[in-house]
Amino acid sequence: MSGALIIARYALQEAVRRRVILVVMFLTICFLGLYGLGCWVAFDEVTGVAAGTGVDDRVLTGSTLLGLAMFTILFLGAVLAVFLTLGAVRGDAERGLLQPLVVRPVGRTSLLLGRFAGAAAVCALYVALVYGAAVVITGAAGDWWPDRGVGAGLGLVLAVVVIAAISLLGSIFLSSTANGIAVFMLFGAGLAAGLLGQIGEALSVDTLENVAKVSSWLLPFEALYQAGLHGLTADTAGLTGVIVKLGPFGGAQKAGGWLWVWTVAYLALIAAGARAAFARRDL
Amino acid sequence: MPAALLCESLEKRYGAVVALGGVDVEVAPGELLGLLGPNGAGKSTLTKIACGLVRATGGRAEVEGSPAGSAEARAAIGYLAELFRFPDWLTADELLALHQDLAGSERGEHERADLLELVGLGDAAETKVGAMSKGMQQRLGIAQALVGSPRLLMLDEPTSALDPVGRRVVRDLLRDLRERGIAVVLSSHLLSEVELVCDRVAILVGGEIVAGGTPAELARPRGVEVETGDGVRTFPAATRDEVPRIVADLVASGDEVYSVRLLASTLEDAYLEAVGAA
Repeated sequence: MSGALIIARYALQEAVRRRVILVVMFLTICFLGLYGLGCWVAFDEVTGVAAGTGVDDRVLTGSTLLGLAMFTILFLGAVLAVFLTLGAVRGDAERGLLQPLVVRPVGRTSLLLGRFAGAAAVCALYVALVYGAAVVITGAAGDWWPDRGVGAGLGLVLAVVVIAAISLLGSIFLSSTANGIAVFMLFGAGLAAGLLGQIGEALSVDTLENVAKVSSWLLPFEALYQAGLHGLTADTAGLTGVIVKLGPFGGAQKAGGWLWVWTVAYLALIAAGARAAFARRDL
Repeated sequence: MPAALLCESLEKRYGAVVALGGVDVEVAPGELLGLLGPNGAGKSTLTKIACGLVRATGGRAEVEGSPAGSAEARAAIGYLAELFRFPDWLTADELLALHQDLAGSERGEHERADLLELVGLGDAAETKVGAMSKGMQQRLGIAQALVGSPRLLMLDEPTSALDPVGRRVVRDLLRDLRERGIAVVLSSHLLSEVELVCDRVAILVGGEIVAGGTPAELARPRGVEVETGDGVRTFPAATRDEVPRIVADLVASGDEVYSVRLLASTLEDAYLEAVGAA
């Protein structure tokens, strides 16, 4: 078995056995329970309210609720990604956990790659499962299904994987606490930039739109999230389509093919930067 | 056969701070070298450079002829850090299995059981690290360092948390390793322990080796002590060759001689002298 796979297995074991996973699972079950309750109540209350307005209340309700769920899943996924990686290098080195592993002949690059693969696998599986559950709950409650559900879920999964990569890179330079704070501040900044971009687009303010564009390049998880939101109602037309595209917590934005290319390139750049920094780091 | 560890003019600087200022060390296969020195002398830095954890800023370090830090060098090394921790969610057996995978050891369950037995943890294979005392964790650390049959063992304060029985187990283990041709570099503050097991000693102070040699070479003669009928008499400048003459003179002068003892400084004396003079 290659060094990276051994470390990835170790990271997976760690993720499963540490209490953080129990906390996340508990929060997730609470969230899905509340979400299910909210869906049933919302669809029940809203049915027929928009009759004669040209707005499909079922689509509006379903996409808004699932958009809200996606934001929550993004947040929970980000929490998981950060907690699994925030102390992977400097934090573990300060605690004396890393040195016995680094001395082994697997090499630092394999160690980083394994830690990333383990964290990314856990986060991706978690986000995919919770997103899938939210889609099923929404569909069961209101008989509404997203237009491009798989693409929306993929955007969400990739967004969390990017956050895990950023957190792992940060763990080389910062102590655990500082890294956790820094990544969550970046997470908040990315979401805020997305909102500003939405406002800028609505009001035709170039500066705000440019801020959003630059932040999308620097922190592509926001663009991936917006692309995911867009996938929920990508094929919805008319007045309903216009309204739902505003979305909750950051508007939906159609992403071109370059976003996916850039995401892959971005992850490669982070990997190269992390490899170079870790190779030079004294432990 | 290349040296197990070879350091030539090895330097490490952290900005303006010199951690190692041109250290020369050679450890032969099967040799047990004791590294002594006060806190901050550079012992851990030297150990970490050999293990590839810290990059030297000058000079060179090789393990069995391969540059320190290379995959070949790391494959030959077993390491126990002074400040180490293992994941508290792993059992002793799982920890050793992880290190077997990382070291490429194919000796499986047999090796794990042998190593745990060797350090006195034969009954603790399924005990989680988090449930172990500090002493048990240190024993497990030594077992971990021995996974994959390393040819050079770098031990940084391996007995600091052990009780006297545990220290004796480790001493016996080190002697056994030496007989099997495994080189050991032992950093320790426990001078008596180093004196008991090490073939050679190097004393580091301020990043430089200020004294070195076998424990016997470092322990200097300090005269002769003779117990007579009038009490104990000391001859500070006398050597072993002068003992017959001293005894003959005492007997000739009517003294009764009961015992004669050659006085020599201990490693502790040599250490304090070297550290104090530096």
